[in-house]
Amino acid sequence: MTDETSAPTPAAGPREPLPTEAEVLAEARRRSRRAFIGLGLAGLAGLGGWNWLISQPNDAGIPRPLRKVLDANSRLSSAYFKETRLAPEFARSRARTPRVNGKVGLDQPLVPAAWRLQVKGYGSGKVQEFTLADIQALPKIQMTTELKCIEGWSVVVHWAGARLSDFLARYPLATRSGQPADPLNPPADLAPYVGMRTPDGAYYVGLDMHSALHPQTLLCYEMNGQPLTPAHGAPLRLVTPLKYGIKHLKRIGTIAFADTRPKDYWAELGYDWDAGH
Amino acid sequence: MKQLVEKHPLAIRWFHWVNFPVLSLMIWSGLWIYWANDVYRLGWGNTTLFKFFPQSFYQAFHMDHKLAQGMAWHFVLMWVFFLNGLLYVLYTLVSGEWRYLLPTRHSFKEAIQVTLYDLGLRKEHPPVRKFNGAQQIAYTSVILMGLGSLLTGLAIYKPTQFGWLTQLLGGYEFARILHFALTIGYVLFFIVHITQVVRAGWNNFRAMVAGFEIVEVDPTTHELKAGPTALPPADSSLLPN
Repeated sequence: MTDETSAPTPAAGPREPLPTEAEVLAEARRRSRRAFIGLGLAGLAGLGGWNWLISQPNDAGIPRPLRKVLDANSRLSSAYFKETRLAPEFARSRARTPRVNGKVGLDQPLVPAAWRLQVKGYGSGKVQEFTLADIQALPKIQMTTELKCIEGWSVVVHWAGARLSDFLARYPLATRSGQPADPLNPPADLAPYVGMRTPDGAYYVGLDMHSALHPQTLLCYEMNGQPLTPAHGAPLRLVTPLKYGIKHLKRIGTIAFADTRPKDYWAELGYDWDAGH
Repeated sequence: MKQLVEKHPLAIRWFHWVNFPVLSLMIWSGLWIYWANDVYRLGWGNTTLFKFFPQSFYQAFHMDHKLAQGMAWHFVLMWVFFLNGLLYVLYTLVSGEWRYLLPTRHSFKEAIQVTLYDLGLRKEHPPVRKFNGAQQIAYTSVILMGLGSLLTGLAIYKPTQFGWLTQLLGGYEFARILHFALTIGYVLFFIVHITQVVRAGWNNFRAMVAGFEIVEVDPTTHELKAGPTALPPADSSLLPN
């Protein structure tokens, strides 16, 4: 498309003589030629840009410019994020059993008596071990929320467990100084990220600390009123309606804190690291 | 005698031709995403008239197993789609072009006449001007659909942060259905649009590229005798002289 030229128009006024038909057709040809060449060039420029984009080196499964935009999107949504904004809750009667959609990290048989949650202190670097009874001693939170799979389906599930924020208030492992992590008044030396892994290290997720301390982020041990089955993440899994299901790590083995984004199984395979709602 | 008449301002032509590939890529990446949970169909009970989509469709276009890439493209191009649409709407408001585009109380009756004429069920040619009633309804609807895609998209992209919007749109799953249905709407719009552009001919198509149309003018009175643009522009300051 080219810029406008001052073509006479019939509405310009009856007194001026109109250009002859030959002049009009010549003008039409000239403008058409310029406009179509312009459109063609714009199309070629678009194709060139496209080729450049898809030829850029990959950053964890997608071209780097795309990854940069995804990260910018997540900065924008984290600026908008509020701890007090809650995912909707549903009537418990609507709860269903979700399909088992991920087995990575669950290959070895679970020995419940031997299981421990290992948490590496942010400041000390020392590992502290917890039993399921330690987690169950924290206030029990129940919620009926929508589990949303990144594939596009969702299911309402009733969960019970301890808030991760209650855990980190009771056991102040997420700050350098050992202060409790109060989500509404976060200490300055609070770790910005938290990473979790299955005991065998095969599945791992990373979370921003805002989402980790959200009141609906649970260290979950019951699903629909029953203790978790091994396929659903026994004895303890992460549940947070602030993230897609890919972040709901089953059979938590270790929790550690970090200054940069912890590695994330699906983010390495082309998905958004944040995967947040 | 033949004269040039300005039809589509340069800005509108840019918005139009930017939107075409961007919306196409949004639909394409949307199909990569949809494949991962392709549950929609037309039908009732156990009867399915049409499944969105048959396996052969994905295979023919290599659309399977591309969820991650689809989401990445979708969440990048959504910005271009949004900004281009926003600038288009602002431009039509500022320039006065909205006067041609918004339906009036006559548009609906005229749209029926246009449809009957186009289907060969009515002999009388509907009034000829820049955009007839059917076009006004179609072009305004497609902008509202764009807004709908943005809102339903946001509702399923951030269903907790924009929980109020998700609830307003009938919940997460219903918002996803709406988002999909709007996409089918664009495809139907596209089919009708292309058909009508082909029927309207070269003069009309060229106007969306070069901006002008050639019309037949009475040499003495300078009045338009024939040609699609029988109305002065909404804002005479848009005229070149």
